[in-house]
Amino acid sequence: MFETMTLAALQQYWWIIISLIGAILVFLMFVQGGQTLLFQVAKTEDERTLVVNALGRKWELTFTTLVTFGGAFFASFPLFYATSFGGAYWVWTIILFGFIAQAVSYEYRKKQGNVLGTKVYEFFQIANGFFASFFIGIIVSSFFTGSYFLVDKFNLSAWMAGSYGLELMFNTQNISLGFAIFCLTRVTGAMFLMKYIENKEISERSANQILINGLCFVLFFLLFLGILITKDGFAIDPNTGKMYMEPLKYLHNFMQMPAILAIFLLGVLLVIFGIFKGGIQKSSTAFWITIFGVIPVVFSLFIIAGLNNTAFYPSTYNLESSLTIYNASSSKYTLTIMSYVSLFIPVVLAYIWYIWRVMAKKKINKEELEDTGHIY
Amino acid sequence: MSISDISLVDWSRAQFALTSIYHWLFVPLTLGLSFIMAIMESIYVKTGNEEWRKTTKFWMKLFGINFAIGAATGIILEFEFGTNWSNYSWIVGDVFGAPLAIEGILAFFLESTFIVLMFFGWNKVGKKTHLLSTWLVTIGSILSSWWILVANAWMNDPVGMQFNPDTARCEMVNFWQVAFSPFAIHKFWHTITSAYVVAALFVVGVSSWYLIKKRHESFAKKSILVGAIFGFVATMLVTVSGDTSTFQVAHKQPVKLAAMEGLFIGKTRAPIIALAVLRPNVPISDTVNHFIFKMEMPGMLSKLGYRDKNAFVPGIYDLVYGNQYQGIEPVFKRMERGTIAMIALNKYKEAKEDNDTSEMRLSLAEFRTNYPDLGYAYLDKPEDVVPNIPITFYSFHLMVGLGFYFVILLLVILFFLWRKTLIKRKLILWLAVLTIPLGYIATELGWIVAEVGRQPWAIQDLLTVSKATSHLSTLSVQITFILFAILFTVLFLADIRILLKQIKNGPKE
Ligand code: HDD
Ligand code: HEM
Ligand code: HEM
Repeated sequence: MFETMTLAALQQYWWIIISLIGAILVFLMFVQGGQTLLFQVAKTEDERTLVVNALGRKWELTFTTLVTFGGAFFASFPLFYATSFGGAYWVWTIILFGFIAQAVSYEYRKKQGNVLGTKVYEFFQIANGFFASFFIGIIVSSFFTGSYFLVDKFNLSAWMAGSYGLELMFNTQNISLGFAIFCLTRVTGAMFLMKYIENKEISERSANQILINGLCFVLFFLLFLGILITKDGFAIDPNTGKMYMEPLKYLHNFMQMPAILAIFLLGVLLVIFGIFKGGIQKSSTAFWITIFGVIPVVFSLFIIAGLNNTAFYPSTYNLESSLTIYNASSSKYTLTIMSYVSLFIPVVLAYIWYIWRVMAKKKINKEELEDTGHIY
Repeated sequence: MSISDISLVDWSRAQFALTSIYHWLFVPLTLGLSFIMAIMESIYVKTGNEEWRKTTKFWMKLFGINFAIGAATGIILEFEFGTNWSNYSWIVGDVFGAPLAIEGILAFFLESTFIVLMFFGWNKVGKKTHLLSTWLVTIGSILSSWWILVANAWMNDPVGMQFNPDTARCEMVNFWQVAFSPFAIHKFWHTITSAYVVAALFVVGVSSWYLIKKRHESFAKKSILVGAIFGFVATMLVTVSGDTSTFQVAHKQPVKLAAMEGLFIGKTRAPIIALAVLRPNVPISDTVNHFIFKMEMPGMLSKLGYRDKNAFVPGIYDLVYGNQYQGIEPVFKRMERGTIAMIALNKYKEAKEDNDTSEMRLSLAEFRTNYPDLGYAYLDKPEDVVPNIPITFYSFHLMVGLGFYFVILLLVILFFLWRKTLIKRKLILWLAVLTIPLGYIATELGWIVAEVGRQPWAIQDLLTVSKATSHLSTLSVQITFILFAILFTVLFLADIRILLKQIKNGPKE
């Protein structure tokens, strides 16, 4: 069935898949947000153990989604993989160091002989929580603001800024998306803890975090959005393939793809409604409401960045070097093969959902932890 | 190429070597222990004997500690292809990205989702569902090895692809050739069985320690039985697959084979060296004796590499300088062709910009005839095709020697288990404890043979490592190298100390 699709259709299909995995990744980063809340919602050793264990049953999911996001990007748009990872070296390195630290922090936190001591592993969790969400926000925002690189005629790329990605932090729009995502993961993290842990104090303190972090999210997100829809965008002329700057490009993208605009607005409304539900009404349904808002919002941002003749990874050094889904993709053959592989994604989602359900049968409390025997 | 470029390449290599060697310290135990746990839990479900459940749970705890650091060191490898080998990622990403993505979608999710049920689901689902989830973790780990080894094998034997001059990269033309290349199949068998050996030696060694200390004896006997049988089967398979791997290397990477065996001058009835010491710093030549001392088994290498005792096996000298009687071309000829291909590619690109179709056709034809040697254009001198001989040679011989030692040790242990007198054989038990690190050493040496032996190629004959790096400052890579070295070493020490503590505490009585 995929053989009959044109190359351009396959490229669009793959951009949609990437957008979807990206959206799921941001949703699952409630784990990171939850980690940063460790000392705010848990005041005693026992409470911290509850929080860590609740998140500890999900961290692998986020981690694996990041790995798969990377792999899928590599397979479908290898020029992005080469340009961004090999160029924004320090940003990616910081993100990865955070994930290395996170991966051991759960198992090692309380174990005898862990060399560094419990506090350091808890610090690892907080560091991962902040760096991952903030810098992934920065990278996603650079899809709109551009980076300083060159791609030569053999398609080999070179980053022209000697700070290898750190310069991305000196851009208001990038920073605002960074903080927006950071606050958002704290909102979803708090909602998760409220919903899945059975402990009155933790629930109350988590609920109290929702409103303040929700406000922080809304502020930074509005700032990001305001800049986005008023700025010039990186456009491709579909006839010549040449890049040019189009005024109000991203606003036009929303207007020209009304379905995406509708999804986006629906997502925003759900997130705000979720924050209201959780922060004011203290209802535990807030978690899923918000999640079902986060996914469409992030998804539509990716779509706006890459479809409708837009360069998804623009170069501010040399406009012609900008990456588009057309010039950065794999061959038609590889995209076709990978499209068949993508048919397994619903199967994966199905068993993840099944396991989530099984684990959610009982809320997490002291007895439940002792009953399973495997405690972080 | 300027000096600073060379040090960028070397630092990138050092970083990749460091991180992959660390990753491979944890992977074998993840692979093998998950299988062993699944066997133990199957026995539990079948017999209903609670002791087997306890035994399974103990090894599962060690598995969890090891798995965490395995994942931590793995994520970095995946992204390093982008961060440190970005030219590589573009030039071969069309082929190489696919297995990595498939690994994520089909294997890692299986592992990491069902691991949650495996650790926390004992009282949440039925016995059979729990057993199924343990097996799914094992299957996930096997699938993940398959796909990553497909990727790695492809670098050694790039099949199923074509170079596209328009995009200037290798593009996949036959997925099945990539996914089921013989090189990948043999690599998979050899690597995964070697991991099973490591894990089996670990289980046997730890159990032996309990037997020496007379603690948890019933548990230790159960574990050692499963470990020794599993390990014995795995050692047999590792030798068989080692043999078939040698056959593959002989055909696809003759220089690597010559370096592994220290064969400087080609021979019919080529020998395998059982024991030898190389003379240091002797240039490649057909007149000098390269050995201080050696013990050989005549004809064995010909048999191993070509399935014929009398076959000719080319030596390093022949492969570099040519051997006209055997029809082996000297490397400089291939360098010439590679250079022609490179120039033709440049001409083609220019002609394309000028819309000069006849020049495009001409240069394309010239490129096509010469492109199988494209990578040789990057070499400075013919001798560059030779990897580091002492490292490859000694690593290979040590690995093989250890392999035979493991077979014998496990046989002896099985014999005494059968006679029910193992507990009294203190010497053997101590030997088993001390063999734990040797398993790790053997398996790491295997990777060193495979990876050092294929230098200078990132992709055999097509892309040298020196052309594969990102355009970074050397300083950036130096800093990340040091950060990795510190972080991984600290975590590794923590890992070992936690494991030792858990072993000391033993299973819950
Ligand atoms: C033959 C087996 C094998 C080999 C050669 C490698 N790995 Fe590995 N990898 C595994 C077998 C494995 C595993 C058994 O599946 C691990 C080990 C511990 C674990 O968590 O899963 C794993 C974990 C693991 C993870 C974390 C997955 C997750 O838990 O989400 C990543 C991203 C990688 N690996 C990537 C790589 C890359 C890019 C490699 C090569 C350069 C590599 N691995 C070599
Ligand atoms: C996990 C087991 C592995 C170990 C221990 C290992 C070890 C090494 C070592 C020691 C080198 C350096 C060789 C040298 O520079 O002389 C190297 C190079 C390399 N390996 Fe592996 N390797 C492993 C698996 C893999 C796999 C599965 C892949 C690909 C999927 C891979 C890709 C590479 C690449 C791209 C290089 C070239 C860079 C370099 O020269 O350092 N390796 N590896
Ligand atoms: C006993 C006889 C053995 C033989 C003849 C043998 C042969 C080989 C050969 C030829 C290679 C290089 C393959 C390549 O470059 O692609 C290799 C690699 C390797 N060996 Fe062995 N080996 C033996 C035993 C062992 C043992 C006992 C272990 C570990 C417990 C081991 C672990 C490895 C590993 C991990 C690799 C790298 C992966 C690969 O390239 O397949 N080998 N071996």
